[in-house]
Amino acid sequence: MNAVLATIALATIGTAVVAMSRRNLLHSVLLLTVCWAGVAAFYLWAGAEFVAFAQILVYVGAISMAVLFAVLLTRHSRDDVAAPPASRSRALYAILAGAAVAGVLIAAVARAPLAAAPAPAPTVTVRQLGDQLMGAHAASLLAVAVLLTVALIGAVVLAAIGPPEKPGDPP
Amino acid sequence: MSPLQLCLVFSSLLFAVGLAGALARSNSILVLLGLELMLTAANLNFIAFWRFGPSASPATGVVFAIFAIAVAAAEAAVGLALIITVYRQQKNIRLPEANRLKG
Repeated sequence: MNAVLATIALATIGTAVVAMSRRNLLHSVLLLTVCWAGVAAFYLWAGAEFVAFAQILVYVGAISMAVLFAVLLTRHSRDDVAAPPASRSRALYAILAGAAVAGVLIAAVARAPLAAAPAPAPTVTVRQLGDQLMGAHAASLLAVAVLLTVALIGAVVLAAIGPPEKPGDPP
Repeated sequence: MSPLQLCLVFSSLLFAVGLAGALARSNSILVLLGLELMLTAANLNFIAFWRFGPSASPATGVVFAIFAIAVAAAEAAVGLALIITVYRQQKNIRLPEANRLKG
């Protein structure tokens, strides 16, 4: 059980590290898609099938495509998708900050008084989930629906409005 | 090490990778992707505690993770639209050059 989890974790973190250090933006996005698929595999391993499929639909399917389109829409020329690395000192400080955060978190996890024996896996069917979403969490569901609508309209408005025309520019 | 601790270490490492990436890169798309990685790491924690921790209702963690995924999707959509807007204004999406509001 732990071996499967360790394999998933190593694959996911490895692809994330490589994606964050690649020079080519397209490689980064495609590797991060693999990383998100690894997270979906973790959800499947934990028994949360609905969240796993939501993760695949939203992240692997939708967000990766949107990011790919953004990469292709914002490149300078046909072949230029390279993101030059930041300065060496900045990368060093960033890695130091990441390592410090990871150290603090892992030390806290190692010391936390968590239950040693694994509890029995909770089972939740899609029917129960639907009842919960429409019953106890209906207000939150409505709030998320409003948030998604506003965010999508805002995104369309932001991306559709062109730059302001200067008086001297040719039309 | 118990499975719950392994899950928490996994999500901590994923969070740290996202943080280091968001801090190290100056391309705004990569910074956004680093933020998404950090959000995903938080989601991992919800599912890990739902699976291994005691919970009042069996659906709580799953419902929370679904809402977090929806909010992350909204954030990504608005972020990418902002990046495209910045690119239209200054033909560049590097963050150090996006300093027009600097006093």
